[in-house]
Amino acid sequence: MQPLIELHGVSKSFGGLKAVAGLTASIPRGEVVGLVGPNGSGKTTALNLITGNLTADSGAIVFDGRNIERQGAHRIARAGIARTFQLVRVMPTMTLAENVAIGAMFGAQPCSPAEAQERALPLLARVGLAARADQRAASLTYIDQKRLELARALAAHPQLLLLDEWLAGLNPTELKDGIALIASLARDGLTIVMVEHVMDAIRALCSRCIVMNAGTKIAEGTPAEALADPDVVKAYLGDDDA
Amino acid sequence: MFLVDVILSGLILGGIYALVAMGLSLQYGVARIMNLAYGEFTIAGSFAAYLLFSASGLSPILALAVAMPLSFALNWFIYRLLMTPLVRRAKSPGALEVDSILATFGLLFVVQGIMLVVFGGSYVSYSYLAVPVDIIGSTVALNRLLAAGIAVAIALGLTLFLMRTRIGTAVRAVSVNPAAAPLVGIDTTTYAAFAFALGGALVAGSGVLVSMFLTFNAAMGVVFTMKALIVVIMGGVGNIFGALVAGLILGLAEALTAAFLDSGLTLAVNFALFLGILLVKPTGLFGKAAR
Amino acid sequence: MIARNWTLKDWAFPLVVLGGAALLAPLPAVAGSYWMALLVNILMYSVLATAWALFSGPTHYVSLATAAFFGLGAYTMAFLGEKLPLPLVYPAAALIGAVVATVVGLSTLRLSGVYFVIFTFGLAELVRQLVTWGEAKFGGTVGRFVFIDVNQQGIFWMLLGLLALVLLVGYAIQRSRLGWALRAIGEDETVARHSGIDTTVSKVAVFVVSATFMTVVGAVMAPRWTYIDPSIAFNPIISFQVLIMALLGGAARLYGPILGVVPLAILFEILQANFPNSFSILLGLTFLVIVYFVPNGVVGLIDQGRDKIARAVGRRPHPAE
Repeated sequence: MQPLIELHGVSKSFGGLKAVAGLTASIPRGEVVGLVGPNGSGKTTALNLITGNLTADSGAIVFDGRNIERQGAHRIARAGIARTFQLVRVMPTMTLAENVAIGAMFGAQPCSPAEAQERALPLLARVGLAARADQRAASLTYIDQKRLELARALAAHPQLLLLDEWLAGLNPTELKDGIALIASLARDGLTIVMVEHVMDAIRALCSRCIVMNAGTKIAEGTPAEALADPDVVKAYLGDDDA
Repeated sequence: MFLVDVILSGLILGGIYALVAMGLSLQYGVARIMNLAYGEFTIAGSFAAYLLFSASGLSPILALAVAMPLSFALNWFIYRLLMTPLVRRAKSPGALEVDSILATFGLLFVVQGIMLVVFGGSYVSYSYLAVPVDIIGSTVALNRLLAAGIAVAIALGLTLFLMRTRIGTAVRAVSVNPAAAPLVGIDTTTYAAFAFALGGALVAGSGVLVSMFLTFNAAMGVVFTMKALIVVIMGGVGNIFGALVAGLILGLAEALTAAFLDSGLTLAVNFALFLGILLVKPTGLFGKAAR
Repeated sequence: MIARNWTLKDWAFPLVVLGGAALLAPLPAVAGSYWMALLVNILMYSVLATAWALFSGPTHYVSLATAAFFGLGAYTMAFLGEKLPLPLVYPAAALIGAVVATVVGLSTLRLSGVYFVIFTFGLAELVRQLVTWGEAKFGGTVGRFVFIDVNQQGIFWMLLGLLALVLLVGYAIQRSRLGWALRAIGEDETVARHSGIDTTVSKVAVFVVSATFMTVVGAVMAPRWTYIDPSIAFNPIISFQVLIMALLGGAARLYGPILGVVPLAILFEILQANFPNSFSILLGLTFLVIVYFVPNGVVGLIDQGRDKIARAVGRRPHPAE
């Protein structure tokens, strides 16, 4: 079956710095794929290139059979790619329901404001925030804001969900709940790419794992295979400890 | 040859624009204050020089020593009194920029109003060093040449100051990352105030220098503000060298327009350049990546 | 288009607007000429400030271009008023305003908010210079005489109609997808884009609507002057006054700007009559007071008061609990 999204030789430089250098990867439908690597390896840049926040210098990105490397962020969102952000971004003075409604209104299945607000409540319930639907988003705790962001992303009816370190900064209980939530999304058939540093989550959720370093892919396989790869160990720990 | 005349006068005009804009580069680049009242302080400097010259025959070059420290102190107070409440209540750099635009917009009307009351609306000028000088076959006024030369000197001096001294490096740190600067022991507020005040000193100085050859009135501040804004943003915010280059480009474009198109279209050309460069390079010619 | 799903409650605001207009319409029959002049002023600023807040309120992009569009409208009337039948001049002004706003919007709204403000700051000067150049080159003289037969009553009714229209249009936009898109843009433009909102088109669309209203107001007001030249028509003080009034009233609500217009229009009349020389200083000081002490306007104070009362009384239980 055709993969949902493919990257072919994608590169992006900032001045003299090659953030992503010839990245080639392929994500099949319905899988949860982990994207890991040391800090500065280009993971978030890769996400930004996919979502249209940045434009690649060269290479192609094919989503659902179409080239999206030159498209604007809003077109890509409407085509069915949704994301969360590394530093959580909610709309502070809007209520939770309104935040989620924005995702529904302008996402892959656009609708009227009235219908969007109806769609918001079950999604808030899914992430456990239904009781506070009418509160201002700015009043939420950090983890609840993360959940809100996830609900907003889901409201857009994405085929591909990109999570940028969504499990970062959680205590063990929150982490368990978060992993369970992502697992339930995967069971529903959503294709997910997770940029993560929390290896337990990668091992628990991902059927495949792509390791990046210095802008390119250095290993790929199941989490066990990829993380045991000697190149990967060298990248994380340095030469002497490999 | 005619073209040489035009290019030379364009470069000199550009140097003067750069001179006027450098203070704003500091105020916006470091203190993050988008000062719409900026041009009013240029005119204030011009009036100060005019008063000193007509009352006591004091040379404008010496008047610099009076106007610049005064303006430094005044702008220090303005930052402390008017800007710090905005800095404190701003929830993001974008919010501070909008707030500072609004506040300085109000300040513009206050300062312009004071000058209108004191000096009235009539045009004023005096003549100093209006001596023709011969350069590569072209004739230039000495006072304009002096102003442009001082612009280059200040640009170089300021760049050296920012690059080579401890205080200058601290100023640059505040400009690049105001949130991280305190982590290395830099008192951001004081340095922002210092940069703002230094910008104020520079703008008053530029006002003194241009008064040597310009006819001005109390309502002209807005034009200076606009040119300064265009130069600073075109050159890349916070970049002194960028401001110099942008100023020169602007001056050249204006001189060429006035000579070959129509002198009534200079502002249109300014804005066309401004827009054109920003659409191609959104952070300006030498600007750093988006904040 | 937009009103299909409205319930009875949704019709409340439009009915209030139309009712208010009907109430005010007979005023010219009873009011003396001094009051009429003041009322015309208040209506003019109300339309301008409401139109301003249509765009600058939700997006937080401060536009200082009011004078540019107002002047364009005034000049359109001065130019075409004697050449075309009047009922055609107003739509012509609207069209010109819309075209200019589209060009300005498409070229500057891709830039960050601050650069947009700078550009609008210079726009009035730019348009003034261009008109001066055009007039001098093709017309021979820079000023124009305006002898168009519209009396104060006619101006009053046209402004009243425009005010009702801008409030209704604003209301319709607010409840539509476009209104939601604007709010999202004002909250976090990056998130808005990643949620599927075409931010450029949304911003330009509402900017054009706002500017079109301002241009028509200029055309309506022009017959008041018998002589017009670029420095009169494109006077930057209009941009400034509209800004203060909208800020004082509060740009977060549709009716907010009107709350700021009424007291300030009266205040400015008094100031200009009694302290003509210090008018600029007093204007600036008034503005500084508003920016520092009432940044969210009267509407903001009302909202804060409501929040305080809600907290004091204790939260109402949420229906889902």
